Amino acid sequence: MHVIVHYGYKDGSGEYFISVDTDKCNSCGDCVEACPAGVLEMITMMIDLEDELVAAVTEEHRKKIKYSCAPCKPEKRPPCVSACEQEAITHTWKPL
Amino acid sequence: MSKEYWRWPEYRRTVPGKDWKDAKVVSAGVDIGSVSSKTVIMTDGELYAYSIMRTGSSSPDSAQKAMDWALEGTGIKLDDIKYTVGTGYGRVNVPFANRAITEIACHARGANYIWGPTVRTVLDMGGQDCKAIHCDERGKVTAFLMNDKCAAGTGRGMEVFADLLSVSIEEVGSMSLSVEKEPEPVSSTCVVFAKSEAVGLLRKGWPKDMVLAAYCSAMASRISELLEKIKVEKDFVITGGIAKNVGVVKRLEDIIGFKALPMKEGFDPMTAGGLGAALFAKALYERSAQAA
Repeated sequence: MHVIVHYGYKDGSGEYFISVDTDKCNSCGDCVEACPAGVLEMITMMIDLEDELVAAVTEEHRKKIKYSCAPCKPEKRPPCVSACEQEAITHTWKPL
Repeated sequence: MSKEYWRWPEYRRTVPGKDWKDAKVVSAGVDIGSVSSKTVIMTDGELYAYSIMRTGSSSPDSAQKAMDWALEGTGIKLDDIKYTVGTGYGRVNVPFANRAITEIACHARGANYIWGPTVRTVLDMGGQDCKAIHCDERGKVTAFLMNDKCAAGTGRGMEVFADLLSVSIEEVGSMSLSVEKEPEPVSSTCVVFAKSEAVGLLRKGWPKDMVLAAYCSAMASRISELLEKIKVEKDFVITGGIAKNVGVVKRLEDIIGFKALPMKEGFDPMTAGGLGAALFAKALYERSAQAA
């Protein structure tokens, strides 16, 4: 089952999202290791009545990823994206 | 004590003409939101009773109270409920729940139950956050986006305005639509700044309905931004407390060029998450019974 969860926000300063394709995510946790700011974690999500371990943005960082992820920008491929062999993570970064 | 204009009515309801004792499975969904707590009781996957009340400072207490109230007068005891799922902001603090499920799954499932398999986009406008969800014909989520960064575009913001203008929260929407000419929306999206902007407008002599129109309109445009990320597809439905505010709903429909399906008779749009949780509770119970 294909579930894409978008973490982040759009506000007066632009649009900042980290999107996780939970179908592609294979629970390896490499992105969690790769992130220097501790933005990502593995959480249990119920998909089709089954519990699956998937990557997610921590509650703590959800409202401030513009700042938390800033050190890895303007790199085209931040470490979390590069670390994911499944290509489950995408960033949308549109500062105004 | 002065009148609390922000206070929306808490209530409970039992669906008439049903006997829970005929049911094989009684399941429950408890949705503890930041502002309101909802408990939904289902018998064999059909709505039986629900309660909607204000969330207090303690999530476990709120969960207990909402559950007690939903069961009031039905004769159902907590022990009669085979499986309970907690969801929402306070989901991990529902003491009697068998498990917690994120609202990601519950809202779409609940909307699918209320409006049927044609629902593809669900916008949940809650007390303190706003969610946009895409789902398939079985009510399964395909994309999810939540904005809980600030109170702009949420029920809490509307409560602030109801209080400021001394207009009962249930009348805010219709009063905002009584303006002859639509004013410019308030420019601030932040509730705190929008409030001071509104105070300025009142001082300039703006009538209440104009100020409310300016605020509802700002809220609608803010929510429409959220929907840009999750593309709106038919059928489109709105859940959560703001679904009852015609002033926001009408303006949002105008901006996005889509009509939301009307509210369904016999259902409260605030209970969508709880309904989904109760449906999952039934499915999880049946699976565990099968395994045993």
